[in-house]
Amino acid sequence: MSYELLQVIWFALWGLLWAIYFGLDGFDLGSGMLAGVFREDEEQRHLIGSLAPIWDGNEVWVITAGGVTFAAFPKLYATMFSSLYLPLFIILFGLMFRAAAIEFYHHMDFDKGWQRIWGWVLAVGSFLVAFLFGVAFGNIFQGMLLDAQGYHGTIVSLLNPYGLLTGVLFVVAFLMNGASWLAHKAPNDELRAKADTFAKRIWPVVLVVAAGWLVYTPFATNLMQNYLKVPVLFLVPALAVVLLVLTRVYMQKGQHVFSLLMGSLTVGITVIAGVIGLFPNMFPSKIDPAYSLTAFNSSSSHYTLQFMFIVVLIFLPFVLLYQVWAYKLFGRAGTGSEAEHY
Amino acid sequence: MGVTMLSRIQFALTVGFHFIFVPLSIGLIIFTVIMETLYVRTGDPKYKTLTKFWGRLFTINFLLGVVTGVAMEFQFGTNWSRYSEFMGDIFGSPLAVEALMAFFLESTMLGIWIFGWEKLSKKMHLLAGWLIALGTHLSAVWIIVANGFMQHPVGYVLRNNRAELVNFWEVLFNPYAWHTYVHTIFACYSVGAFFVLAVAAYHLLRKRNVEMMQEVVKYATVFAIIATLGNAITGHFNGKNVALRQPVKLAAMEAKWETQTNSGFSLIVVPDEKNERNSIEALTIPGLTSWMSYGSMDAEVLGLKDVPVNERPPVALTFWSFRIMVLLGFVMLGLAIAAWWHRRKGTLMDRTRLLKYLMWSIPLPYIATNLGWMTAEVGRQPWTVYGLITTADSVSPVALSDVIISLGLVVVFYAILVGLDVYLLVRYAKAGPEAYDERQVAVAD
Repeated sequence: MSYELLQVIWFALWGLLWAIYFGLDGFDLGSGMLAGVFREDEEQRHLIGSLAPIWDGNEVWVITAGGVTFAAFPKLYATMFSSLYLPLFIILFGLMFRAAAIEFYHHMDFDKGWQRIWGWVLAVGSFLVAFLFGVAFGNIFQGMLLDAQGYHGTIVSLLNPYGLLTGVLFVVAFLMNGASWLAHKAPNDELRAKADTFAKRIWPVVLVVAAGWLVYTPFATNLMQNYLKVPVLFLVPALAVVLLVLTRVYMQKGQHVFSLLMGSLTVGITVIAGVIGLFPNMFPSKIDPAYSLTAFNSSSSHYTLQFMFIVVLIFLPFVLLYQVWAYKLFGRAGTGSEAEHY
Repeated sequence: MGVTMLSRIQFALTVGFHFIFVPLSIGLIIFTVIMETLYVRTGDPKYKTLTKFWGRLFTINFLLGVVTGVAMEFQFGTNWSRYSEFMGDIFGSPLAVEALMAFFLESTMLGIWIFGWEKLSKKMHLLAGWLIALGTHLSAVWIIVANGFMQHPVGYVLRNNRAELVNFWEVLFNPYAWHTYVHTIFACYSVGAFFVLAVAAYHLLRKRNVEMMQEVVKYATVFAIIATLGNAITGHFNGKNVALRQPVKLAAMEAKWETQTNSGFSLIVVPDEKNERNSIEALTIPGLTSWMSYGSMDAEVLGLKDVPVNERPPVALTFWSFRIMVLLGFVMLGLAIAAWWHRRKGTLMDRTRLLKYLMWSIPLPYIATNLGWMTAEVGRQPWTVYGLITTADSVSPVALSDVIISLGLVVVFYAILVGLDVYLLVRYAKAGPEAYDERQVAVAD
């Protein structure tokens, strides 16, 4: 395969990995945030216990996205992570503590006080991860303060209106999916009704924020250019909108597994829609496009891209296979906490 | 202190913490799934109780390995961006393969294994356990292959202002990496075996769970002997490997200042780095270093004086790390053999002092593994990639204040996590397998 084709394929894989990550870990982060809402002992136990067997598998997608960025786009990996130094560290600490919270919640079941603390740690950690990832992607879509000397932004410059709005979009969408997951897993009618109500109440919020974001995007970013060049691409964001509507339809039917599926697909397809608009940029410069990092100027060598592509083709199906197995075991409706048989 | 030094401290801290948890995970999962294999083969519920007991301790520990590992992977980008840009074409691939091949496997299977006792057949459950073990071992392969390149770069070419991969198989089958790998894996087994022995000794000293813990000691002593003996043997070959590929590191490990043939090994050495000599050197066995390193007494061993000062690693740190590691290795081997012998004769319960030694020996393999890692990494300085890029050229162009904040947070947060982890490990280890059984009953009711 030609070098350019491989670079395009890797760009697509890069976007796909992020889409899978946010689609999957999205509901997991959303449920995590809900630990701050569903605080009664029983409901919190079921909420956190339902995450226990699956959070780790979901989180590996972000490690893989990071690893693949390193392997296929080392210059991007180096520039992106050193530029977003402090926000990334906060995200990492958030990921660490939310993981610790889920596990220690169960290991410390002898102490209610500690469990309450872990519930809050989970909620705050999950929120920080969801929000800051949103802010980071909002800023990447907008373009970074990047020139020949490197990156010039600060944490404050990242907190611009569009970045913040994208952060909020991530948070509310994840909350909606988290509530669907909880309603799906809830072992009794009471918890199911409560989670269902929450999902139905936050859905219009997601709709409004998403609509605002869609309207704001052409003004704040250059994402529209690719769409105007190839109008058929508009089908992708349109699909996201349809999926969001379907999410609500399935909520109405009380089929929470489908509202979760549609909601997660909404998130994944939205990420893909953003990445399509970005192409071929991966870390665009707001100052001058000449300094933008693209799929073509930040990739690994031809040999590495080709070799790693084969590796991905071989291993990704296995990963999907046993992750499906895990969800078959622990994703059944109405089973509540899975942490009873430690 | 500048960005480079702070970044080094931060990296050393995060890797050091990570390397506290990972070896126990690798060692303990093997012991745990051996217990489960015994359960599946004999049907004896005692082994199931033991599997769950060690499994719980494994889980607590594994989590910390995962979370400290997350920070590791991103740190190459945050703090060592110039290194990542220069080396990513080669270094990124093993990390990506590690995530695809190992992380997914171990984390997905761990969920299935811990929470799937009631959902899977015995054999499928056991399979999930062995797949976790496989995942941890594969993970070690890829990270050590990546490190192997830093120690002994192969399969690359310098092009486009960076190192580019030209032969993946050369990188994968880098002899340096595989010498390190087997040595490291045996070291992980030592950590696991001595952890198990220490917990067993604690219970035996208090005459609690005696029957079960004697069964544990039976397997754990064999495991410990295999591990420590394996360490000695692979350590010897690893030494030859270093002698061949990194003679400067060898000179620092042995504190050799003069290049000479028939180079002797002194049992007692105190290096004096400033004056480029050893202030004490006694009980020298002539020719031993030459023979151990190159298989011949006549072989020439490089001395540090023939290496420019700016290409020498910190000598005292490398030397002492290596020396103490070897010493601890022999102490552990002795302990393992003594425990094995007395268990066979049935006199272990009477040997209170030996049991106490076993209980307190829990930090020894941890110290030894971290010293071994320091020998390898400090001994490689001033290079990040041996002969290709120095540490000072690797660091990110980030603000000093950012690194101060992140380092401060790393210290505080890691201290909290480690403190809780140790607290929980001790609590569950002390509670013992039978208390654990009662708890299961309570849950079932």
